[in-house]
Amino acid sequence: MIRIACRKELVAATGRVQLDVRMEIERGAFVTLFGPSGVGKTTVLRMLAGLTHPDGGSIEVAGDIWFDDQKRIALTPQQRSLGIVFQDYALFPNLTVAENLAYGMRQSSIQKNTLSPQLKRLLESSGLSALRDRLPASLSGGQKQRVALARALGRVLYGVAEGKSPLLLLDEPLSALDMTLRVQLQDELLALHREFGLTTILVSHDIAEVFKLSQQVFVIEDGKIVRSGSPSSVFLQQQVHGKFQLQAQVLAIRKEDVIYVLSLLVGQDIVEVIAAKDEAERMKVGDMIAIAAKAFSPMIFS
Amino acid sequence: MTDLDWQPLWLTFKLAAITTCLLIVCGVPLAYKIALTKSKLKPVMETLVSMPLVLPPSVLGFYLLLAFSPQQAFGHWLEHYLHLKLVFSFAGLVIGSMIFSLPFMVHPIQAGLQNLPSNLLEASRALGKSDWYSLTHILLPNIKPAILTGVVLSFAHTIGEFGVVLMIGGNIPGVSKVASIAIYDEVESLNYSAAHVYAGVLFVLSFSILLIVYLLNRRHANLVRSGMVSP
Repeated sequence: MIRIACRKELVAATGRVQLDVRMEIERGAFVTLFGPSGVGKTTVLRMLAGLTHPDGGSIEVAGDIWFDDQKRIALTPQQRSLGIVFQDYALFPNLTVAENLAYGMRQSSIQKNTLSPQLKRLLESSGLSALRDRLPASLSGGQKQRVALARALGRVLYGVAEGKSPLLLLDEPLSALDMTLRVQLQDELLALHREFGLTTILVSHDIAEVFKLSQQVFVIEDGKIVRSGSPSSVFLQQQVHGKFQLQAQVLAIRKEDVIYVLSLLVGQDIVEVIAAKDEAERMKVGDMIAIAAKAFSPMIFS
Repeated sequence: MTDLDWQPLWLTFKLAAITTCLLIVCGVPLAYKIALTKSKLKPVMETLVSMPLVLPPSVLGFYLLLAFSPQQAFGHWLEHYLHLKLVFSFAGLVIGSMIFSLPFMVHPIQAGLQNLPSNLLEASRALGKSDWYSLTHILLPNIKPAILTGVVLSFAHTIGEFGVVLMIGGNIPGVSKVASIAIYDEVESLNYSAAHVYAGVLFVLSFSILLIVYLLNRRHANLVRSGMVSP
């Protein structure tokens, strides 16, 4: 169980924002912090990792107090056992892939051709065995992302060996990648989350990603958590039964004679649906909507 | 030509080498502190380091002479308790040169560290490594060209030093008579041929050292661009 109750004054583009968040996260959960940029999502991760000092409050992870301004406790980042993936990866340019991974796993630097079994397993589960002697500068974006993820996992596994609970923090790790790669890495992320029994906290502003990956989502706006719950209870306004309900993003609204045609992004597909005038006037491009269709005669493929 | 005294040249390079080595030891931690500090005193620290750039060497030498003089409290303390005589001695020259060349070591390294993405250090901390370990294993290996520049500039600048040496070292053969002083000395006594040799050696050496650095930095940049080595 992770309990966070922190305050921090942020200087955002729109002025000063008072970040004040309270959350409880179950062990083994995959949760998302969702919201527009510049509202403090990343700051929450940084406070958890010890990279940003909260103005006040407390952070408790698996019964250990990591931060408490009343008791004057503030663990250094080194004392907190967690893995963090930065938005721009932050790979060490002077170290090879294998050395980057080994960096958080033990004290001494690694010798060539003597990989520990844990490092070998990590290289294999992240699909990096073939790239182990390459430098980060020669990797593609997706490969860099895999290395950053595996490096953070290395730190998590090192902590697990010392009896710490496995905690992984991801700061928009996939936002710089193209769609295909993104979907593929989301799958890998889920697989690793399950394989290593991680507690994962993801910062994202991609609803599809939130739906696919997480069981719980915290929506942060202007420094406050405005909604939380399962992705469908948070994002879908209404629950409809006996119908297909899909969440879709409005890509375009165009008027044809008396009706309106909505171009919608449903998953990876673009569909066009017809909307009435009052419906079309309520929404704007970029809105997330739910579309439902009666489910009495679907065509089923397998 | 054969009876030329090579000792000033030898002394010059000894002084430059020792000064540079000691400056690496002091300059790297200092550059790291200045680069990463969030203190309000940062401008003051930067100013102090940069002072030797704008101050006439004679001013620096004058104050050092006063400070090191056994008649003054600090010089008295040094001589009495540490048995260290810094006026008109090689040790004094080294200290003077270190202060004089400090900005040439600190500035490139500080700039190199500040240009690195700040999350390299954060990533290293989050991976459980101390700041010292992060500095020696991540930050410094990624600013090798900056360190090389700092080393070479400090070395070359110490070779070219004149005012500070003259003020606190005087002109004692084998102790403080470095090549730049020797040139002045030979010109004063109208011995132009000896002055020519000293000056020529310094000119060629300074040119070669700087050329080698720029060639190395260019080669490094090309290798980085082609992905052969890390930045």
